[in-house]
Amino acid sequence: MLKFENDRSKYPEKNADGTNIIDLESGKFLKIWQGPIHPGMTGNMSLELIIQGDEIMECKTHVGYLHRGFEKLMERRRFIQCFPICVRIAVPEPDFNEYCLAATIEELAGIEVPDAAEWMRTLLLEMARLQSYLAWIGGQAGAFGMGIIGQWTIWARDLVLDRFEEISGGRIYHMHMPPGGVRSLLPYGFEGRMKDTLDKVSQIMVDVERVMFNNSVFKKRSVGLGYIDPLWVEEYGITGPNARGAGIPKDVRKDYPYLKYGELDFEVSLGTDSDAFTRADVRRRDILTTIDLIRQIVERVPKNGEFMAEVPNVLHWKIPKGETYIRSECTRGEYGYYTVTDGSGYPRRINVRGPSYTHAIALMERMAINLNISDTAGVMSSLHTYPPEVER
Amino acid sequence: MSFKDVLMPFTAWKNLFIEPVTIKKPDQIQGASRYRGFHKNEVDVCIGCGTCEEICQNAAIDMMPVEGIETKDGDSGLRPMIDYGRCCWCALCVDICTTNSLTLSNSFKWNSTDPDDFRFIPGVDEKYWNNDKLGYVKADGYDLNPVERVEMGELHPEERDRSFVEMVTGYSREQAQKEADRCVECGICTATCPAHMGIPAYIKAVREDDMEEGLRILYETNPLPEICGRICTHKCETVCAINHKGDPLSIRWLKRYIADQVPSDKYKEILGTDKIEGNGKKVAIIGAGPAGLSAAHYLALMGYSVKIYETLKGPGGMVRYGIPEYRMPYDQIDKDIDYILSLGVEVQYNTKVGEDIQLEELGKDYDAVFSATGLHLGRSTGIEGSDHDKVYQSIELLRKVTLEEEIDVAEKIVVIGGGNVAMDITRTLARLQNKKYGKVNVLTTCLESEEAMPADEEEVIEAREEKAVIDPGWGPQKIEIEDGKIKGLHVNKCLAIFDEEGRFNPKFDNDNKKFFEADMIVESIGQGMDISYTEKIKDQLEFGARGRIIVDKKSFQSKLPWLFVGGDIIEGPDVIHGIANGHKAAVGIDTYLKDK
Repeated sequence: MLKFENDRSKYPEKNADGTNIIDLESGKFLKIWQGPIHPGMTGNMSLELIIQGDEIMECKTHVGYLHRGFEKLMERRRFIQCFPICVRIAVPEPDFNEYCLAATIEELAGIEVPDAAEWMRTLLLEMARLQSYLAWIGGQAGAFGMGIIGQWTIWARDLVLDRFEEISGGRIYHMHMPPGGVRSLLPYGFEGRMKDTLDKVSQIMVDVERVMFNNSVFKKRSVGLGYIDPLWVEEYGITGPNARGAGIPKDVRKDYPYLKYGELDFEVSLGTDSDAFTRADVRRRDILTTIDLIRQIVERVPKNGEFMAEVPNVLHWKIPKGETYIRSECTRGEYGYYTVTDGSGYPRRINVRGPSYTHAIALMERMAINLNISDTAGVMSSLHTYPPEVER
Repeated sequence: MSFKDVLMPFTAWKNLFIEPVTIKKPDQIQGASRYRGFHKNEVDVCIGCGTCEEICQNAAIDMMPVEGIETKDGDSGLRPMIDYGRCCWCALCVDICTTNSLTLSNSFKWNSTDPDDFRFIPGVDEKYWNNDKLGYVKADGYDLNPVERVEMGELHPEERDRSFVEMVTGYSREQAQKEADRCVECGICTATCPAHMGIPAYIKAVREDDMEEGLRILYETNPLPEICGRICTHKCETVCAINHKGDPLSIRWLKRYIADQVPSDKYKEILGTDKIEGNGKKVAIIGAGPAGLSAAHYLALMGYSVKIYETLKGPGGMVRYGIPEYRMPYDQIDKDIDYILSLGVEVQYNTKVGEDIQLEELGKDYDAVFSATGLHLGRSTGIEGSDHDKVYQSIELLRKVTLEEEIDVAEKIVVIGGGNVAMDITRTLARLQNKKYGKVNVLTTCLESEEAMPADEEEVIEAREEKAVIDPGWGPQKIEIEDGKIKGLHVNKCLAIFDEEGRFNPKFDNDNKKFFEADMIVESIGQGMDISYTEKIKDQLEFGARGRIIVDKKSFQSKLPWLFVGGDIIEGPDVIHGIANGHKAAVGIDTYLKDK
């Protein structure tokens, strides 16, 4: 008869300094690579896993499959020319890049953005949050084998992208926030179509709640999975829903209100259990908040008036020497641009602070220990990371 | 976990009874009305300024020559070619387009097995989306470069209407830099400027506040920047790319700004003309106007010993004697000319070639002669009564004003003519009347309608501000004279100036008449030349239309190898053509004498 050892704490054996003794030749361990093809919706990065049985003993994260060198490219571009390429830094959620870049340039150049442009930007950022979350649900559900949820939400996301297309002419890369304001105001009849879209998305969210969050399979697999200790939040620099799931109310929109968030009425959703299920639930409630916010914004966004500040000729726009950091709350946490200018027509340095960097590299390595390999995709999805944003 | 959690997921089955959302025929979808799809370009509107190429951060746009589109003033003849292997559809090219000709369609489907297909010239290559009505266009109120000109300060009409003080006050540093900032550096101005001045380069010098570099660039092609900075006919501004969607750059005022900033005693140091080595050859120049001075400047720099023969008692030609002081102050003329003279150029005043000295003698005494005698004769309408001694020529009156000779200004004056000279004399007479009588009574009429008047729009506006009356669109018929005194001018409504073949043949409406009362009439309908000094060598020269001497277009050399001719008598009347001719003739003379 096979006999199972229930006490797994003695594997693998440890050195005196606490590191694992891993001898791949012994046949007890196996090294496997997960990725760099997409494990679920998380993009191109890979996990180098050392497993014993189906349990992960050690994990090393590898990135670099998507590095395009945008930060460096931007140093060789005029300020206006950074605007079309910065969006590619976070593919599923480009608008936060547009906003942060524009806001840093505006602050350094001393440009005041018209009120209508601020409303438009707030709207675009919330719409970006909505579509990004809708794509994420598909990934999270898919990682646990529930493909149908992704099909519903990707359709709902496409409806939001239709609205983006109406405003900006682009579905994925909207490029609607050049430094100085926005490219145009809302098209005629937009409010009605947006309302219709939000109604459909709300309906989908009811279905998602029933089929995904009230689902014994999902609960069985996600409750207690991927625990983030609240103490790690400061240690690792965790932000966004990953921190809020641990009960820590971190939200740039509330903590450092930017654009029009100070004038909007919303609550930050919090969780207590800090596991994959809680984080998913925090995000689900975030979607509902976002839908409500979009309704509020659409009502208040000016229908006419100035939407672009007067900017100097962008072909030889020189910005005075200075440096600044602008942050915004994206779906994954704090998204920031640190821009340094030296008085020339080109940025001296633009550093992008994407939340995925901390979540996907350091945090994942720690969370993967003692995980079942079938759960890694689910844990990665529950961190909601985007490798394009890690790599830049 | 509860029993509910087991049952709830089954609610997904309701989707069995819902219509599918999948779009059955995705190839029939069109983009939204603002969709950023494939490029369209109105090639007739596009001027090939290349600003789209300049802003494209992916280098997806190349400016290409296109069959059937000629290079001409205000059009480079090039059109943007777009490489869809590089384009990212950001539409910055549309936003910055100076003519708004480049737009995007809302089409986005294009299949081809040949990768080279995806490089095309919008508007020229036949594409199915060329007629798309929808697609991205730049919204009103959104501009990536300022299209409004920085206003130039001017004296208030009441401050200037009886004084000859310069009416334009000039830009401050902030104003000049702000105006210079609007330039897109397309260079269409350079191609159009007769002197091909490095306009984008000196505007850049203004932006960077480097006046010394600016001055060096100016003097490469134009040795009279103070003069040109004030009264140039600015063909550059007419073709300026920004003119298509806003106000053109104030190129002329920026040139003036550079020249104004540098004190004259620094010129030699900045331009590196302290020491010029002579080459022992001599060139005579007839006429100390812009063309003559320009030729003298460049010849002197090349080491020639230059002597100018001038009929009048001061240098400057038509700039000094034909343009009123409120537009072209004499001290600024002197600043430019004194620098040229300081290079060793000699001038002999009060010497008329053909009377005091003969052209053939100059031909013998000098290695080459450049003649730029200008258009100093007035033209008469030739109507009944125009031989009365109270009927004047504008050129003659303007010269008298400069020479400070007495003019018997009448109380009621009519000026015939619609060009800038007519405006000059109108405004000069208005000032003189204001001084003498304390009121203005000048009426200016011309054949052309208000829109077709050749005078600059601002000249007409300013003349009206100074209380002159401009009544265009009338053809003079007869000057009414009673008891030897002028009573006024009879005019008929002008219907057309040119006949169907494009010849000057005005048509009048004889039922629509007017009578303008006047004691004095000034004709300002054009200028003529006096080239009687060529009489003795006439058979060795060739003459073209309107008695103009035929010269080589590059070197301005006439059929007589030692005689070069330029300025207004070849390409006038226009100061910048004169300067350009002078420069080219100087190079032509140099080439000729080197070969000799």
